[in-house]
Amino acid sequence: MAGTVFKYRDNVDTDVILPARYLALSSREDLAAHCLEDLDGEFVKRVQPGDFIVAGENFGCGSSREHAPIAILSSGVRCVIAASFARIFYRNAINIGLPILECQEAVAEVRTGDQLEVDLAAGTIQNLTQGKVYQAGGFPPFLQRVIDAGGLLACLAAEKQAKEETVP
Amino acid sequence: MGMTMTQKILARHCGLPSVKAGELVEAKLDLVMGSDVTTPIAIQEMEKYCLETVFDPEKIVLVMDHFAPNKDIQSAQNCALVRQFAQRTGIAHFYDGGRMGIEHALLPEQGFAAPGELIIGADSHTCTYGALGTFSTGIGSTDMAAGMYAGKSWFRVPAAIQVNLTGAFPPYVGGKDLILALIGMIGVDGARYKSIEFTGEAVSRIPIDDRFAVCNMAIEAGAKNAIFPVDQITLDYLAGRVTRSFSPAAADPDASYVCTIDINLSQLRPLLAAPHLPSNVKAAEHFRGLPVDQVVIGCCTNGRISDLRMAARILRGRKVARRVRCIIIPATQETYLQAMEEGLLEVFVRAGATVSMPTCGPCNGGHVGVLADHERCVSTTNRNFVGRMGAKNSEIYLASPAVAAACAVAGMIVSPEEVK
Repeated sequence: MAGTVFKYRDNVDTDVILPARYLALSSREDLAAHCLEDLDGEFVKRVQPGDFIVAGENFGCGSSREHAPIAILSSGVRCVIAASFARIFYRNAINIGLPILECQEAVAEVRTGDQLEVDLAAGTIQNLTQGKVYQAGGFPPFLQRVIDAGGLLACLAAEKQAKEETVP
Repeated sequence: MGMTMTQKILARHCGLPSVKAGELVEAKLDLVMGSDVTTPIAIQEMEKYCLETVFDPEKIVLVMDHFAPNKDIQSAQNCALVRQFAQRTGIAHFYDGGRMGIEHALLPEQGFAAPGELIIGADSHTCTYGALGTFSTGIGSTDMAAGMYAGKSWFRVPAAIQVNLTGAFPPYVGGKDLILALIGMIGVDGARYKSIEFTGEAVSRIPIDDRFAVCNMAIEAGAKNAIFPVDQITLDYLAGRVTRSFSPAAADPDASYVCTIDINLSQLRPLLAAPHLPSNVKAAEHFRGLPVDQVVIGCCTNGRISDLRMAARILRGRKVARRVRCIIIPATQETYLQAMEEGLLEVFVRAGATVSMPTCGPCNGGHVGVLADHERCVSTTNRNFVGRMGAKNSEIYLASPAVAAACAVAGMIVSPEEVK
């Protein structure tokens, strides 16, 4: 399924992804309603389920607030593609099941409004508008396990269940 | 091959003789920390997956500091949720009104961080405790939940940047100027995924509060952590705070670093970071004369007793300019009390500053000094991102307590030595 690109700059910080004035909120709908509010006020009005955020270096820098990746995931974004991610955001995205891909080549060429199709398992990014295909970097096996489980706590819960089942 | 301080601490905590940069490891945690903003999501996640027990209630610290004292109903609900969780799970280290302080000042002060220990906290500035030779790093709510449940967490072993310090701080220059200078040199992602390891003959002349300020802002260069070697200054700070045994980790002589950066403290000047990145760093003279609407002195970077002493040194017998709202926030109850006993609070009030209870307050636009459109604030906090302290069109200039206090008196940006 194809989706539309919203492209942003380097160093998009978690304060502009989800401003601190909304940090007391915790429901997914409430957080989605303010996603990227201080970066692009039009985003929440225009984003459709299955769309993509594409950004430059160091996406998600700053505060460790998980409200930021939750807001993105809850807004219907299928995947964030960046040249690089700040380390806490990288962990948080994987931990909550927000798909992320690192791909400098795609970021360099993709434009706002382009139509993309992404195969998350293979890490391929297809730009339907420009007729190009890119290969994103993969994940170490441990992280792939967390991603496949749908997040860190889902992974821990599955481990706990497996342990309980082996105890006679 | 030898290991850095950080690598040694990680190796010890995953039971391996050695680790190397890039390796993924699972490490045991000595402490897990969360705030009123990040803990509620962790609790929700634990409930969702029926993982509601904690590995060791003694090794979890919960601090209500961001939007506390409760700034609105939603914040009150969040604190109540965390309070009930602490009671249910037997977490005694729960810091609320009257006992609370800003987490990254409170934890070291209360003896929760010691050399060689490994701490995760659901707040990006958890890297502060590296000042004590601790490996500490910020994580999100889900990592906090997993850490509270399992007592362990995964890490990619970081490569390291070595920062070699020589010289001595000139008057009115300190740890804040050092870390701003470093971020200005390497950029906001210059240490991404890496540890920053301090060394050099000047370390023994850097007071502990300055080391806290330096490590606090390592995240502003994208670092996983920052760490100082343990010396007599560290041990003097720990005396009376940490009674358990601990084991400092020294870097091996043949440890490998991606690069070494030399900084001569004697050449540093009072600095500011202009909007909207902590790496937009220039000397105070460069911004001289820009009118200032608000000054904030406090936060997990610069709300400690020596920061307040420096502010008082400049504000004593002077008045805050009429156009400026100057807000001073002692970081913890202990700091507040000490400032009171030393007469610093009287200096602040007589100068026309507002003295707040300990709280993160305006640092992330929560409360106690939110900015309006086009207002300019000189702040000892750590981030000057768009909208960080309030309105999207407000401006934040990051600086030391000396620079901030000088700007409060002058009503505009000046260098502290200019205040007559």
